[in-house]
Amino acid sequence: MPEMIGFLKPKQAVLDRRQEIVADLKDLLPKGCLISEERELKPFETDAFLAYRRLPLAVALPETTEQVAAVLKYCSRYGVPVVPRGAGTSLSGGAIPQEDAVVIGLSKMSRILDIDLFNRTATVQAGVTNLNISEAVSADGFFYAPDPSSQLACTIGGNIGMNSGGAHCLKYGVTTNNLLGVKLVLFDGTVIELGGKALDAAGYDLLGLVCGSEGQLGIVTEATVRLIAKPEGARPVLFGFASSEAAGACVADVIGAGIIPVAMEFMDKPAIEICEAFALAGYPLDVEALLIVEVEGSEAEMDAMLQRIIEVARRHGVTTIRECQSALEAALIWKGRKSAFGATGRIADYICMDGTVPLSQLSHVLRKTGEIVAGYGLRVANVFHAGDGNMHPLILYNINDPEDAARAEAAGNDILKLCVDVGGCLTGEHGVGIEKRDLMLHQYSRNDLDQQMATRAAFDPEWILNPSKVFPLEGRPAA
Amino acid sequence: MIVHFEPASEEGIASVVRSAAAERVTLAIVGGGTRAGLGNPVRTDRTLSTRRLSGIVSYNPAEMTMSALAGTPLAEVEAALRAKGQMLSFEPMDHRPIFATSGEPTIGGVFAANVSGPRRYVAGAARDNLLGVRFVNGAGDLIKAGGRVMKNVTGLDLVKLMAGSYGTLGILTEVTFKVLPIPPAAATVVVSGLNDAEAAAAMAETMAQPVEASGAAHLPESVRGRFLDGALPDGAATVLRLEGLADSVDLRVEKLTAALSRFGSVSRLDAEATRLLWAEIRDVKPYADGTRRPLWRVSVAPSAGHQLVAALRLQTGVDAFYDWQGGLVWLRMEADAEAELVRRYVGALGGGHAGLVRAGDDVRARVPAFEPQAPAVVQLTERIRARFDPARIFNPGRMAANV
Repeated sequence: MPEMIGFLKPKQAVLDRRQEIVADLKDLLPKGCLISEERELKPFETDAFLAYRRLPLAVALPETTEQVAAVLKYCSRYGVPVVPRGAGTSLSGGAIPQEDAVVIGLSKMSRILDIDLFNRTATVQAGVTNLNISEAVSADGFFYAPDPSSQLACTIGGNIGMNSGGAHCLKYGVTTNNLLGVKLVLFDGTVIELGGKALDAAGYDLLGLVCGSEGQLGIVTEATVRLIAKPEGARPVLFGFASSEAAGACVADVIGAGIIPVAMEFMDKPAIEICEAFALAGYPLDVEALLIVEVEGSEAEMDAMLQRIIEVARRHGVTTIRECQSALEAALIWKGRKSAFGATGRIADYICMDGTVPLSQLSHVLRKTGEIVAGYGLRVANVFHAGDGNMHPLILYNINDPEDAARAEAAGNDILKLCVDVGGCLTGEHGVGIEKRDLMLHQYSRNDLDQQMATRAAFDPEWILNPSKVFPLEGRPAA
Repeated sequence: MIVHFEPASEEGIASVVRSAAAERVTLAIVGGGTRAGLGNPVRTDRTLSTRRLSGIVSYNPAEMTMSALAGTPLAEVEAALRAKGQMLSFEPMDHRPIFATSGEPTIGGVFAANVSGPRRYVAGAARDNLLGVRFVNGAGDLIKAGGRVMKNVTGLDLVKLMAGSYGTLGILTEVTFKVLPIPPAAATVVVSGLNDAEAAAAMAETMAQPVEASGAAHLPESVRGRFLDGALPDGAATVLRLEGLADSVDLRVEKLTAALSRFGSVSRLDAEATRLLWAEIRDVKPYADGTRRPLWRVSVAPSAGHQLVAALRLQTGVDAFYDWQGGLVWLRMEADAEAELVRRYVGALGGGHAGLVRAGDDVRARVPAFEPQAPAVVQLTERIRARFDPARIFNPGRMAANV
């Protein structure tokens, strides 16, 4: 398969010292915490951006912050690149390693350290899954708000690395808005703490800078996050439309009317069919586009807000309105939505775009997306967070057909450029990774990127941490 | 003589900066100057004001975003939002009352100092609502970061870094921020007569209820009379704000009243009183006393706020009230700033940030305005600063000795 996205050339000096590095790292870690056999390295060669894979030099699975620090200190001293990894669910290749890199996997650091309901915080190790946090406090009436579709598997460390979002971020914000503090290991093994249970900290907002930095500023080993009281009830409602444009315009008008539901998710006909076949969620199959709108509160509050949303939807010719009758139905509706990517994977290979556009551009970008993908002779399914303009066109292709793969990547790039050109951005929640790295200059000027890279260098002067990601390989400062 | 620059364009600012950097001339960066007392006192060769860089660049209510030049008066921004039924959800505090300053706060100043108010503990600070910036760095380059959409993880989040950097990393020239609809109805539930510890428990209980309180403050008896011209019921007032659709607010007031009646007697304030009360809490009305008696703004875990005050009371003369569920403590010292004591206790109670907001010149010269940080964080901070403003010409020392 031809590869359009390049990686940094592996450092020969590091490859030559492979045996020695493996032996040294084994000394720094407990027994069984270093993987170096090719067969065992295989599961770490890619993440959820499956089109690219590289076998790492070794995988370290530390059990403590001190061990993470020891490995980082060693790697920075000998110029060995490090790729941090949570659950490996990145859709942009954020956790894909390279031949000269040591993967630091946080999967063994999966303990919940402190739940403090009085102060509404949870402090957890980085390898705790997103859903585990909510489950740990559910019986007490609380939850952790950001809910990426992969929340069953993805870790809080990975969420911080990518500043992950999810369906319910429209009301509650993304990871950065729900993160109170981290323990961070810097490139040279220094451990620092940023934030904590207090809302404000002195100095620069390093916590905000680290969140979404894709493992390039340090490795997060612990996090303190904000908990929120669960609403009395929540109810997803399905709104079917005769066209994607009508559904898109409805979304913009709901927000424009000052109504902010908890979630407002969009699916076009191909996505509805894929998800319905998988989840049997009861989605209407006779519509061109579907909105899942979730309201929450008491019964009376949900009724009142729904009434206002229905009024707006009627103005846009809504053809079907279906309120779920039970908690089971509600769960199925969300299961269908949250398994959209997996369900798509059952019928075809796909790449998932993640551009965000201003709401006024939603209908236009949906139409153009269809035209762009059709122009490459491919199919697209759209399923995304409409309320905040965060689009997820899934471009379907055959991963074993090199020309098909090249066309899919080209179509994806055209779509992302379109998102930027209408005032949006390349990625709303999945991160740049390797996937969108070479498009960065479409969104930013050279000066803008230089300032970001200079900031990065203040944390990691030798570019040890996740070096093939985020920034175009050309035009980097000399290390 | 202090030379005062007031460029009317980004390019004008960049050109002043380039020559200042070349000549190593330090610049004080100011907007309306109403918050100039925040941070450490700074002595610079010249002053650069963004005052003439003014005006709303774009406002699209349906997208809930606005872009404005940095020197745009906050009042102009808020009036334009109000005309469309929207607001800045983070309720930026007005510092004029406590500093006895005059002039017009600017939107750039709000974000440069990450100025937030009572809703911050649930709706986020200024930094959470800032979507994009344009700024001139210390080399005179124009840099943009972020954008104008709600979700954006494209590259490093320099937007967060710029928020609250007090002009030490660059001169903000344009800001794009999120706005929210003004809730159609609002009410405040008042629980009377609680001591500080009981109030902390009542506020925590409120936040555990599905009522979506958007304000939780405790006004001890010593300050209660300063709010609403003394119209709050007798005894310390623990106040909880509920906002939303009118019917929903009524329902939630009932629900919260039931949940809190075991703490003390509960009453309700109407929408107008609610608006006034929370503006007074936001602007720290009790300590807008025309004095320069030391005033601390302490951010700690909500459970630690009242413990801090209790511990300090054993040692020194202090008056206090609480916002953010008890996690924001406004401390006014009777005499000495007691910096060592305040910061030691904050550290002992789990850490946080004790910021010295107001004090006499001698105290400000001696006490760092911001909580001193760990050495590794200080080094990191200095390296970042050097990457934005290598000649260190912007507001040198405002945030810390070498920053």
